Amino acid sequence: MSVPIIRTRQLCREYLVGAQTVKALIDFSIDIQHGEFVAIMGPSGSGKSTCMHLLGCLDTPSAGEYHLDGQNISSLDADALAGIRRRKIGFVFQSFNLLGGANAIANVELPLVYGGVSRAQRLEQARAALDSVGLADRGHHLPAQLSGGQMQRVAIARAIVNRPALVLADEPTGALDTQTGQEIMALLESLNRCGMTVVVITHEAEIAAFAQRVLYFRDGRLIEDRSTSGVNAVTATTLPKIGEAHHEAQ
Amino acid sequence: MKLSDSLLSAVSSLRANKLRTALTTLGIIIGVSAVIAMVGVGKGAQLRIEETIQGLGENVLFVRNGTSVAGGVRGGANSKISLTEADATAIIAGAPSILIAAPTLRATGQVIFGNTNWFSTIYGVGDTYLQARDWQIENGRTFSTNEERSSTKVAIVGQTIIDQLFLGQDPVGETIRIDRIPFRVVGTIRAKGESSWGRDHDDVVFVPLSAARSRLDVGKRYRGNLVRDITLKARSADLLETAEQEVTDLLRERHRIRPGAPDDFYVRNVAQYLKARAKSERTMSLLLAAVAGISLLVGGIGIMNIMLVSVTERTREVGLRMAVGARRIDILVQFVTEAMAVSLIGGAIGVALGLGGLLTAARFGDWPVVISPFSAVIAMGFAALIGIFFGYYPAHKASRLDPIVALRRE
Repeated sequence: MSVPIIRTRQLCREYLVGAQTVKALIDFSIDIQHGEFVAIMGPSGSGKSTCMHLLGCLDTPSAGEYHLDGQNISSLDADALAGIRRRKIGFVFQSFNLLGGANAIANVELPLVYGGVSRAQRLEQARAALDSVGLADRGHHLPAQLSGGQMQRVAIARAIVNRPALVLADEPTGALDTQTGQEIMALLESLNRCGMTVVVITHEAEIAAFAQRVLYFRDGRLIEDRSTSGVNAVTATTLPKIGEAHHEAQ
Repeated sequence: MKLSDSLLSAVSSLRANKLRTALTTLGIIIGVSAVIAMVGVGKGAQLRIEETIQGLGENVLFVRNGTSVAGGVRGGANSKISLTEADATAIIAGAPSILIAAPTLRATGQVIFGNTNWFSTIYGVGDTYLQARDWQIENGRTFSTNEERSSTKVAIVGQTIIDQLFLGQDPVGETIRIDRIPFRVVGTIRAKGESSWGRDHDDVVFVPLSAARSRLDVGKRYRGNLVRDITLKARSADLLETAEQEVTDLLRERHRIRPGAPDDFYVRNVAQYLKARAKSERTMSLLLAAVAGISLLVGGIGIMNIMLVSVTERTREVGLRMAVGARRIDILVQFVTEAMAVSLIGGAIGVALGLGGLLTAARFGDWPVVISPFSAVIAMGFAALIGIFFGYYPAHKASRLDPIVALRRE
């Protein structure tokens, strides 16, 4: 096995709410390999959102280490994290988060704009991404002219336009009807089959069923790591230390 | 993010709120058009004064004859002729601030050359007058002392006379007739051109004072050594007021005017009058500057206000942009660009309005205006600076947003 795409060790995130320290995530240690399709589940306040923010490099941990694609990002500053997000991570949100004034192509090429990619190449990549989500003919439509499912497809195209190492989907079906939700999940599944690592956050078991591996959170802790091939241990002691990654790779 | 991309994104977001954008630009529009108007009017006024002073000659004062009063009826200017050539001589001798005192006669009459003629103004003067008024000899020569003394029938003509009577040919050596009396043209005057309100400085014929007195009709009105006016040149601009006082005192004494009695002459200090006018035009400019300053300030605050609203409204958008990889500087540049675009749009409309106003004023009003592209460039630059200055704080605020918080905002 190669270097895992995600490797965390004793990752913690604490918030100061008034005078009280709230531990949103406690000692989260995990390895996720390239090409996995992982679902993160748990009730509200279980720490799954915090987990996703940390994995998505939108937030920095209070303690612990996080290596994304072999790079330690635990101590990077805001702009460096922005660079990591741009190159390595694609986000899919519950509420799509498309720019209302921009057509589908403009929305999809947004990550490339910040990457300084030339206009012609941007257009080409955006078209290709739209094509891969089945919306090749909707490039010039505004979000308001698209259905919810189509909007989410545009958002997925935006997430993959940069060919990121990791796609993070936060309740991607939460705003969609069951039928459309299934279609979106099927799309993510097909992207995964093409080699994309996908992490989906959901509280619906039906959605999680698409994943090969499901992580359950409760009260800030990972309490179960279940894969279709069986239940993995959730304690850090059984995982290799970060320094041993290379030995493991051999 | 490239600047062109920021600009495109700014324009598209401004277009999404057309009315708001239009209202926001209003302050900048008014401010910039006031700047354009201010510069145009200010420069126009300055130009008019410079032209007038150039037309008059530098540091020039005029002494005119006074008003006759007979049985309570006042005769108007030049109705009581009391100035003499001796007064001029006495002024040179007795007023230390005066460099030149040139007595003059002035007549109007038909000037004839060959079979063409032209109605013009004829001045009976000496060479000192030409010096005082900064008239330069273009061709030929000025009057000699002998010609001035002996009423020689010689003339120096202005450009308009050359154009009208000589069809642009060199008139030196030719003979013209004034009131049927032949005068030989000995020189021509360098053109001063038209003043900004249309007076032709070059429609003149100069003859020696003595010749005007003895050969032309005007001599019958100004008998003995009476003159129409005396043109004075002070030694410097600072001495104009002193000179005015010296000349007034001296002439009152020479004309034996009792204390309390009115002068029988006028001393006209045109430069000073012009300066007073310039001051009033400067006041106008200052007023416009104040309007411009306040409008630009209010306009700038308006932009800041709208940008703050915009940042709040678009918090999610900022969060998303950050999530897909926008750095803080990208967000900052985006919002500053947007603010700058608003104020540049306002600036462009303001420049158009200001120039339109100036053109209208130049066409229908009496305002002398100067339209300079430079002021438009400056005004636009200033508008851009205002956009950057007042857009910076909201943009900075946006760039400091926490992406998680921003994404969660409804």
